[in-house]
Amino acid sequence: MKGHHAVPFLTLRGCVLTDTHPDLVCRDLTKDFDGFRAVDNVSFEVPKGSFFSILGPSGCGKTTLLRMIAGFQSPSHGDLLIKGASMIGVPPNKRPVSMVFQHLALFPTMNIGDNVGFGLRQRGVGRNDIARRVEAVLERVGLPGVSARRIDQLSGGQKQRVAIARCMVLEPDVLLLDEPLGALDLKLREHMKVELKSLQAAFDTTFVYITHDQSEALVMSDNIAVMNHGRFEQIGPPHEVYHNPDTAFVAGFVGDANKIDATVSSVDGPKLTLTSNAGTRMQVEAAQSNLSAGQATQIFLRPEAIELSKSSDSFESNQNVSKGTVNAVLFNGANSSVIVRDPAGNLISVAMPQTGSFAELREGDEVFTCWRPHKARCYPAPQV
Amino acid sequence: MTSDTSKLGFYLLLAPIFLWLVLLIILPHIGLFMVSISEKIGPREYQTGFGNYATFFGEPLYWRTFARTAIMSILATALTLILGFPIAYYIAKLTRGRTKTTLFLMCMIPFWVSELVRTFGWMILLRETGVISTTLQSLGLISGPVELLYNDAAIMVGLVYTSILFMIVPLVTTLDSLDDSLIEAGYDLGGTTTSIMREIVIPHAMPGIVSGCIVVFMLSLGNYLTPILLGGKDSLWFTGMIYTQFITRFNWEFGSALGFLLLALSSAIVFLGLKMSRQSLSDTMGRT
Repeated sequence: MKGHHAVPFLTLRGCVLTDTHPDLVCRDLTKDFDGFRAVDNVSFEVPKGSFFSILGPSGCGKTTLLRMIAGFQSPSHGDLLIKGASMIGVPPNKRPVSMVFQHLALFPTMNIGDNVGFGLRQRGVGRNDIARRVEAVLERVGLPGVSARRIDQLSGGQKQRVAIARCMVLEPDVLLLDEPLGALDLKLREHMKVELKSLQAAFDTTFVYITHDQSEALVMSDNIAVMNHGRFEQIGPPHEVYHNPDTAFVAGFVGDANKIDATVSSVDGPKLTLTSNAGTRMQVEAAQSNLSAGQATQIFLRPEAIELSKSSDSFESNQNVSKGTVNAVLFNGANSSVIVRDPAGNLISVAMPQTGSFAELREGDEVFTCWRPHKARCYPAPQV
Repeated sequence: MTSDTSKLGFYLLLAPIFLWLVLLIILPHIGLFMVSISEKIGPREYQTGFGNYATFFGEPLYWRTFARTAIMSILATALTLILGFPIAYYIAKLTRGRTKTTLFLMCMIPFWVSELVRTFGWMILLRETGVISTTLQSLGLISGPVELLYNDAAIMVGLVYTSILFMIVPLVTTLDSLDDSLIEAGYDLGGTTTSIMREIVIPHAMPGIVSGCIVVFMLSLGNYLTPILLGGKDSLWFTGMIYTQFITRFNWEFGSALGFLLLALSSAIVFLGLKMSRQSLSDTMGRT
């Protein structure tokens, strides 16, 4: 089995014909543990040279999925193809993928040059050739001349780059990254996000990145798959996932959103009239929501979709306007927000306009909130 | 900025180990050395000199026994390492939770019994009328009784058996501290089981290997019971020779000289071993 798969893959690799295949294809990939399905019929394709993120809360099965791609776990059923060749039964050391581990897994007993050259040594590359290629790849990640240093002489961000260099020196078809930024402090994490994206562009290699941090996924990815309970809820480019979430889970998990429980009062084509559980009437425009009158729903509303005003004069009639009092002002620079308590007592988070016109806003002030019907997303409430 | 009371506390805590070192290790060794450099020239007449050491080097039986003991001990250490490493790797890396504790305890259980009893156990198995011999006969594999005791192989079996725990414990500790993701990273980068063992696992386990080897080597070199009981009167173990000088021959001067040579030998071999494995004693003892 092993030999049967390994041989065609080696001969086909780099061949022009195989380039028409997406770099990575998963078909109905499923992994069952004892009485528990970690990954449930996941199918996706990752085109060549793109940055693909799998975003989900911890325990959603994303690590299991990544370990199946790397070959450390075998799927219960389904198929996994890399450059068109099935990887089922191929051991991890024979797969054209490399993985950057969560805690990087740099070998502490070796210096940096030996770490990066490890994979080349396994392939039997000549000593001089290894030294040359190691130095070249270290230069590409911006760390020239560090070969002789020990691992513990590097900073967190440098270790990150060495870990990527160690994989990239092998020129893998797909690079897997298992939340490698998790251990870094905030400032460095922000910096590494940009750097990872530019490294990916420079190497022109397919990256598959898993994370629970939606901002990492949104910033770096060409495509994001949002995962929950072992299933993909939605696959799409970041703006698509952010602005047009397919499911209530995606709407709640990606980005901040106010969640309002409501019941459908009437349906008029795409226009819905809803009554929140607290009694407020709302107008929502939702194409193909398949909701019917009397159905329980969840409305998701982004903080930046809500306008603030000191008077109700400027608003048009078809908008959802309500009067409220400021419960708290959360100052966070450009991401400042205001928590407004509506008459029914619900707390709504509203993004602070950047114009500075509300800089004087204080707790207890009266404000009007307003949002347009097409800004909200409406989903059937989950069955409890 | 240490206050006087905490200084006093420090010295009081240090006192037992200090007394132990001085009274039981340093003073007896000084005494032993004094005895070893006094030559008997007549009844109750002694003079200082290295005559006892000269006797040792002049008589081939002595230094051949000396070399034989060293080589057999090194061999026993190597065998213990070869047998102990897979066991330790299995316990540390391939088992989890209760299985791990149980296996570790099973390695330890034989050591609840005294060494004498355990050695007699081997004698019951190996002697002419013992378990192995009679089983082989009843199976018809051999025609007459076979004596498996009183040879070098029996000594080796006994030495490995008595000291394997002291190899497994430090190995399990160091292998336990090896992050599984390092091994996975090795496979991911195209490593084979052999190359991962050689380049990742063994370099990581080196301090454990070296400290285990030092302990096992010292235990084998200084073992008296096992070589005498399993090897019989032809065992030619250096400790046996020291015993003979002290107890049978009542030649304390020569016995002391042999004791000092054993100390020098073991120190020299441990030093060489550390040099060859490029480990330092403080690293080895500090990390495990």
